[in-house]
Amino acid sequence: MVPTNYYLILSAIIFGLGVVAFIFKRNVITIFMSIELMLNAVNLAFVAFSQAKHQSDGQVFVLFVIVVAAAEAAVGLGIIILMQRVRHSLNVERVDLLKL
Amino acid sequence: MSAFPNSADLLHVLPELIWCVFGALLMLLQPLTQSRRFLTIVAVMGAILGVCGNFYSVHNTGTAFSGLIAADRFSIFFSHLIGLIAIMVILGANSYLERERLADAEFYALVLFATAGMGVLASAQELLTAFIGLEMSSISSYILAGYRRDVLKSGESSMKYFLLGSFATAFFLYGIALVYGATGTTNLLRMDITAGAESTSILLKLGLALILIGLGFKVAAAPFQIWTPDVYEGAPTPVTALFSAGPKAATFALLLRIFADVHAATQFWFYAFWILAALTMFAGNLGALLQTNVKRMLAYSSIAHAGYILVAFAAVTKLSADTNIGAGPAYAAVAFYLLSYALVKVGAFTIVSQFGGAGEKHLSLDDYAGLGERQPFVAAALSLFLLSLLGLPITAGFFGKFYVFKAAVDAHLIWLAVLLAANSIIGAYYYIRLIVIMYMRDPIPEVAATTPIRFPVVVNVVLAIAVIGTLWLGILPNYALNYLLKPGLINDSQSQITQMK
Repeated sequence: MVPTNYYLILSAIIFGLGVVAFIFKRNVITIFMSIELMLNAVNLAFVAFSQAKHQSDGQVFVLFVIVVAAAEAAVGLGIIILMQRVRHSLNVERVDLLKL
Repeated sequence: MSAFPNSADLLHVLPELIWCVFGALLMLLQPLTQSRRFLTIVAVMGAILGVCGNFYSVHNTGTAFSGLIAADRFSIFFSHLIGLIAIMVILGANSYLERERLADAEFYALVLFATAGMGVLASAQELLTAFIGLEMSSISSYILAGYRRDVLKSGESSMKYFLLGSFATAFFLYGIALVYGATGTTNLLRMDITAGAESTSILLKLGLALILIGLGFKVAAAPFQIWTPDVYEGAPTPVTALFSAGPKAATFALLLRIFADVHAATQFWFYAFWILAALTMFAGNLGALLQTNVKRMLAYSSIAHAGYILVAFAAVTKLSADTNIGAGPAYAAVAFYLLSYALVKVGAFTIVSQFGGAGEKHLSLDDYAGLGERQPFVAAALSLFLLSLLGLPITAGFFGKFYVFKAAVDAHLIWLAVLLAANSIIGAYYYIRLIVIMYMRDPIPEVAATTPIRFPVVVNVVLAIAVIGTLWLGILPNYALNYLLKPGLINDSQSQITQMK
């Protein structure tokens, strides 16, 4: 069996990649995908812990995360479509009306 | 124990249920009626009935859904506070929506859903429920921020809020995952018991740090506050009123509950809160000095106020870690502060939303010149709110700040108390500047040419609630304080352990 630590390290790497992509990418769809990546890293961690502890709590939590992520995606994609419609661009650097 | 929730459980979440049902009802009613007044009445009824729905919990405190939800006096307090915010926001938004030609049923429905989410968040005793509550309120908020969807700024505000909010949620969740790994539970009450000797493990500490980052984003604590001014400025003003009061109160409530229940958190978070509090106060106040837009200025001021509340949190950590007597007064300080702050902020933003005029054009400080002469009552109310934000006596803000200050001194956090006082002085500059502009300057010709803006009756009701509440809490704070200071405010882990034994 694969030790739990391996899963956790993998999950940390995926989460880290998500954070890096969130910060450095400029296309709003890619940024949105990086958030999904982070959420899936969380799910992996939950399942791994759940398996290690022989409990089902963590797996239940994952189901909730998936449902909420779906709701968030529905709203998020709506917001992205709004942005495309009014600005004709998906580049977040062009979203700069509000600043100091 | 049956898998299906019994009626007592459902009665404990009655306020949230009512808010959700009325939210759904509003969306169903919308195609059937053209009357804005009717929909507003339904929405306000829903918000009020939700608050009344607390009657069961008031008489039967305890926990519901096998410990997922706490129905203690703490969550009842926040349920009332959040319900009050919802009532004020709905009443204040009515004429705004009509002026901007926005659909109102969805707006009220989203406000009610967000309110239900905040209610769940404030009474969550399990990180799973906290997560669901947080997302219920956040997802509704993302939509509300972009509600004026033809306006570029509104869409931008919505997108920024969505991206950074989801980013923060991911941190919060990863924190929960690690805490779960360390303790084997996501129930706040069981964490101490199961963690035992492991409570100092690196996994738990890392998890708590990530949870703090996630929630720090939501309450706009520096260095996670960057999104706040942009989102507050771009969102429709009644929505800004909701954002500045509601989610902040609910998220701080969750943080307090984590303190009360998880002993490891109080030991671990002290320095983090000290630094967060100091940074947030300065970021908010120094940022506000530079602003010429009223909405942005109030947004920075709400960052500063988050900083003042975080001072009380630093005191809570210190008091619970150092002494066995607990941090009851500091808890009360936070709750009281949130109450006084919410009243004032909703009142102030309601005035801004009315005064902005069609398309929210009049938002700069100069537009307020001569308001004292043109509309004396409005100017007086706004001045009262600003003075309360500043913390002058006979306003609620004075006692709010006083108890936070006292908590900091009790915890021997002298330097933090000094920083708090220094920041209040910096804050005085921009609050008083606006008052001076209102009373001592002649209106600019463009504004003077327009007729004074008549405030609809419902908006006056909102302002009356805010003014009376501010004065009442400022002169007779005892009623609210006694409620908060009575022992047994929160179901904490100590009482739970004794029950188990």
